[in-house]
Amino acid sequence: MPLFPGGNPRTSGHLISAADLTRDDAVRILDTAEEMARLADRPIKKLPALRGRTIVNLFFEDSTRTRISFEAAEKRLSADVINFAAKGSSVSKGESLKDTAQTLEAMGVDAVVIRHGASGAPYRLATSGWIDAAVVNAGDGTHQHPTQALLDAFTMRRRLIGPDAGLGRDLAGRRITIVGDILHSRVARSNVDLLNTLGAQVTLVAPPTLLPVGVEGWPCEVSYDLDAVLPKSDAVMMLRVQRERMNAAFFPTEREYSRRYGLDVQRMERMPGHAVVMHPGPMVRGMEITAEVADSGRCTVTEQVANGVSIRMAVLYLLLGGSEHAGAPGSTAGTADTTARSEEK
Amino acid sequence: MDTSMGELDGNGPGPVRPVLEAPDIARVLTRIAHEIVERAKGADDVVLLGIPTRGAHLARRLGAKLEEITGRPLPVGSLDITMYRDDLRMRPARALARTEIPAEGVDGRLVVLVDDVLFSGRTIRAALDALGDIGRPRAVQLAVLVDRGHRELPIRADYVGKNLPTSLRETVKVRLAEEDGRDGVLLGERREAEAAPSGER
Repeated sequence: MPLFPGGNPRTSGHLISAADLTRDDAVRILDTAEEMARLADRPIKKLPALRGRTIVNLFFEDSTRTRISFEAAEKRLSADVINFAAKGSSVSKGESLKDTAQTLEAMGVDAVVIRHGASGAPYRLATSGWIDAAVVNAGDGTHQHPTQALLDAFTMRRRLIGPDAGLGRDLAGRRITIVGDILHSRVARSNVDLLNTLGAQVTLVAPPTLLPVGVEGWPCEVSYDLDAVLPKSDAVMMLRVQRERMNAAFFPTEREYSRRYGLDVQRMERMPGHAVVMHPGPMVRGMEITAEVADSGRCTVTEQVANGVSIRMAVLYLLLGGSEHAGAPGSTAGTADTTARSEEK
Repeated sequence: MDTSMGELDGNGPGPVRPVLEAPDIARVLTRIAHEIVERAKGADDVVLLGIPTRGAHLARRLGAKLEEITGRPLPVGSLDITMYRDDLRMRPARALARTEIPAEGVDGRLVVLVDDVLFSGRTIRAALDALGDIGRPRAVQLAVLVDRGHRELPIRADYVGKNLPTSLRETVKVRLAEEDGRDGVLLGERREAEAAPSGER
């Protein structure tokens, strides 16, 4: 087996960006998550795979659902979990990322799950040589949120193909529409990268002011007209308008935004019968999505939360479950498998 | 577990000798099925759990034979032991296989674990640990197609298809139609460079 993930040798052994995943890496993560998801039916929801491994959740930005999801995944794999929130830590006293990293290194942690307001912080942590641990990006600035993209792809594969029928398959030919605040959304960026790798056709729908510069170079279509795109969508992902990141007037009024780009029942009925509505959460009901749509059976929000735990278990297992992770390029850990014996009685 | 070895298909060194042919495997499974019915006094509460990949196929075949004998369908499932292996840390992360516990569960029932080859016993130890996280069977028994000896743990099989005395230099490969296109058990010679330390197996 080659390095994991295999798309970028500089960050193999870490999960920094959805763009670093090859198609085979992504399908392997989804297939592993499918086995992890079966744990939910068991009386003891715990597996011993990461016993004795220490994982730090290093959150410089507020997050409840992502942190809890990672924590649940880590605990279900029997890892020792340390939660580190920037508030109340030495970071608020002025400590740099480097010093924090070296402190964690001295404590002997095996993996760092990091969320940071600055795009590129996880990449810096993984490639700086400050720390040997595997780095998992849990969201950095407006850059990437790879586990969110993976759980979204997992949810789509389960809904559009089926949990068992989907094993080993990608999303070739599926049409995915992402609607809303693309400009500030690391979820949209990660999803475009991953869905493109998995063979899906992505269309972004947003007012021009909420599309980033250079979007025409992304591997996707762009439209300003939601009603025209809906009938040709297998999944529609609604994004929250990130008011906390907005320092200018991007649209006239919330009411106008919601009339043109919000999803209500009338719009949902324009979608094909099998199509699903997705949302990474937290939802703002009445803004990008109405309560009727959010509560309908076609909306996968709660499934996405459950699937998030399975995906994060799969990622952590694949990065940490075997021999020493391939932290540096040229490390032997990734290649040992090719010479390993297939007979294991 | 996975005993597929490309070099045994004839391009590797050393002769490859068939030990069991397809009809032998069918007869052996019929005999084991009868033994299970006899020992379990009718096999009323038996649950068969195969260890993927080939143990799961054998469990399904054994389940079909038991249904012929008792006239009742019998719960059959599979139990993946990957994350319970004691050598998990010695290699990069392995792909997981399917764990499928029948709807009846395992609590209070007689679980018969099914695998293709019994060797060091480490796979079975891992299976016992995995089973402990799923429920509390009344008793656990073990059925294997081939017992090749060289145990490294105090584990024995209750039902053995064939006792096959081997040296550590030999390899045993089980082929099943579901996985490999045809049935057979092959005894081959391990290449010198490939002799793995005993803990690895």
